[in-house]
Amino acid sequence: MKRSNEPLFWSLFGAGGVLSALIAPVLILITGIIAPIGVWMPQQALSYARVLAFATHWFGKLLLLAVIALFLFHAVHRIYHGMHDIGVHGGTAAMTACYGAALLGTVAAAYLLLAIGF
Amino acid sequence: MADTRTIEIEVLRYNPERDTEPRFQSFQVPFSHDTSVLQGLQYIKDHLDGSLTFRWSCRMAICGSCGKMVNGVPQLSCHVFLRDYYPGKVRVEPLNHFPVLRDLAIDQSDFFESKLPAIKPYIVPKQDKPLAAGTHRQTPQQFQQYYPYSQCINCLLCYAACPQYGLKPEFTGPAALALLHRYNADSRDRGWDERAELLNAEEGVWGCTLVGYCSEVCPKHVDPARAINQNKVNSTMDYFGVRKLLMPKGDD
Amino acid sequence: MAQARTYVRPMQGWWRRNPYFVRYMIREASSVFLAIYTLILLVGLLRLTQGEAAYEGWRAVLGSPPSILFHWLALLTVGYHAYTWWKVAPKTAPDIRIGGRPLPEIAITGGGWAATVVASVLVYVIVRWM
Repeated sequence: MKRSNEPLFWSLFGAGGVLSALIAPVLILITGIIAPIGVWMPQQALSYARVLAFATHWFGKLLLLAVIALFLFHAVHRIYHGMHDIGVHGGTAAMTACYGAALLGTVAAAYLLLAIGF
Repeated sequence: MADTRTIEIEVLRYNPERDTEPRFQSFQVPFSHDTSVLQGLQYIKDHLDGSLTFRWSCRMAICGSCGKMVNGVPQLSCHVFLRDYYPGKVRVEPLNHFPVLRDLAIDQSDFFESKLPAIKPYIVPKQDKPLAAGTHRQTPQQFQQYYPYSQCINCLLCYAACPQYGLKPEFTGPAALALLHRYNADSRDRGWDERAELLNAEEGVWGCTLVGYCSEVCPKHVDPARAINQNKVNSTMDYFGVRKLLMPKGDD
Repeated sequence: MAQARTYVRPMQGWWRRNPYFVRYMIREASSVFLAIYTLILLVGLLRLTQGEAAYEGWRAVLGSPPSILFHWLALLTVGYHAYTWWKVAPKTAPDIRIGGRPLPEIAITGGGWAATVVASVLVYVIVRWM
């Protein structure tokens, strides 16, 4: 029997699962609901100046990269296996599309964060 | 008779010599407060339709023979009672994800002839111990490492519960993987390497997506979901070559 | 003995036949919302590099009713992911024993939830005041 390469993807899935279980709900709440509306969070909390300052700082870059990369790898792992659950068998093509998309997103995030500068 | 009511039991019928596909047949079955679903089936066979075919043996939830789908849930039919379904009807079907042999009996050969032997369900000792050397010794703590997983009665309810086995029968499945862990976790066993190829494969632990229903339905609380997912960690450590590093005391 | 012609039942619609499986599929579907949310963040990062006007454009879209609705749904499903994540975490945990007795599952699940609460408060405080 062939050794599965799942451990690699499962580790990324697990890391993303823990991170998203910890902070995804609050991030969605802040960025998607309370800051845009301005309740319990001033709209200016996510102003251009403040967010740029955060993304310029090395810690901010690290956090943003971790969030984008790990959330994506977690999500595509579930999406890939979820497709099998609903009877859609994409095989190698689906696998490449899913994990490839996550990799692309990670690379794009890293590039953009570096482009912002220090 | 004060206590006798009747309930509708609807059973799946399939005769391979006559039918191209299964159909349902309903029976009115008298029952009292302590009549199990199995006894309901036995009433049908004894008094209403002697051709109804189903497996059973001990009538006390220990032999693992009488597994059926009862209203869509895998159950030991001797372990659930008609009173709890009344006044609704009780639909009894063969365990899911196995081919139907006849009526409520399934083809169990995939588990007993293929999956179970494949995991090497026996102690693989470091060295063969002659009888004169005496018995193995084990502390209570070492015993607890594998005891729950040794309680499996091979009833196959977990396979009926597992959609991944249903979608892809090549998956080794909950009970076999729980038993694989039972042997690996036994301090008398040194068989990790022999079982590793299967464990690390897609057909091994990696076929599981932690639906978790297997552990929900297990009548012996074996917790196959835990056995499998603990071994996802072991398999990952093995994959990155750090398993021996993190477990220097040998197999467990 | 002649081999009987067994009947193989189809798997189509399997998850709709049991509430346990419905909940499982909702858990799995949460990943779609998480993926879309992450892409929204990625676009936000792109707009950040494109200057204040572009970034404010992204923020304006976040304030629109369809966006708010999406984020409510995302909050619910991703919240469900967090809930189920800690619920199943004990299945992957190593065999820790306290005085010979195994760690109760509620300890791991509770620990996870506590961590989520602490992390959420931390994130809120950081965004609000730093």
